[in-house]
Amino acid sequence: MSRYLLPLGVFIALVVLLGVGLSLNPRLVPSPLVGKPLPDFTLATLRSPDKSLARKDLTGKISLLNAWATWCVECRREHPVLLAIAAEGKVPVYGLNYKDQRPAALQWLQRLGDPYIASAFDGDGRVGLDLGVYGLPETFLVDEQGMIVYKHIGPISREIWESDFVPVIEGLRSGSG
Amino acid sequence: MNILRAITAGVLLALAVSAAAIVFEQREFADAEQLQRYKTLIAELRCLVCQNQNIADSDADLAADLRREVHRMILEGNSDDTIIDFMVTRYGDFVLYRPPLKAKTVLLWGAPFVLGIGGVILLLVQLRRRHSDPATTTPLDAEQRARLRSLLDAD
Repeated sequence: MSRYLLPLGVFIALVVLLGVGLSLNPRLVPSPLVGKPLPDFTLATLRSPDKSLARKDLTGKISLLNAWATWCVECRREHPVLLAIAAEGKVPVYGLNYKDQRPAALQWLQRLGDPYIASAFDGDGRVGLDLGVYGLPETFLVDEQGMIVYKHIGPISREIWESDFVPVIEGLRSGSG
Repeated sequence: MNILRAITAGVLLALAVSAAAIVFEQREFADAEQLQRYKTLIAELRCLVCQNQNIADSDADLAADLRREVHRMILEGNSDDTIIDFMVTRYGDFVLYRPPLKAKTVLLWGAPFVLGIGGVILLLVQLRRRHSDPATTTPLDAEQRARLRSLLDAD
């Protein structure tokens, strides 16, 4: 009997290892940008091409930067949650309109509501690249010093907001206040 | 014969379609060495959208952006290390098909050697045990030898 114990043990260990591996989501790549300063950028805003939104507009306060596009289905699912977050007013919400068409994006905001204080228009995705954006929607939480303290890939739900973002925001507030 | 012809036609069609799907981009370089570096780099960088493809093979929008970026950086005279660093600071080690050896990647790099050497040791132990096992080394008796001979001569 005991001669089977070793192979059985190895087999069980392998099953556990592979089982854990399968339960992980391969699309969630840990971002190297968390804990680093938000990359510098200056882009025209979506609404008025002659005005710009830059990194300095986001710093000096805790803010949220949400990368979105009209071609992104999950962004549509996330949109009502962003509207609620903006209405709540805990943090200002900024948008990065990533590789999108201006008219389509404006129409989307008009139809579905605009949660953003302003959206930067990143038509060629160059700023998105600096931010390591690879799968919309992606949301960055930026602290007063302009550090990225948290990043969420995929749509934010009410639950994710309450469990992942709010405690971090409150931690930052109590730490600095 | 008809079936064979149909299969051949199917294979040829599949080849034609896949050839058409290959990404084709016109890229200008100063010299052949730059082109070679470009080819090597895009083969070693992983696309984050379709994760089992490098950015050379991937059709994803992001892969096209990254190829454009690699091309631009080569033309601007950046070294391969600078370009790799540029990608890693944005997308992490995940973007590399050959991640560096770090505390986090020790298992990834070490496991094949551990498993390989373990397998060889296990094999040697088994072989030695079998060798010393008296059951397998007992010579055949006369009756068994006769049976073996008749089996071998059967053809």
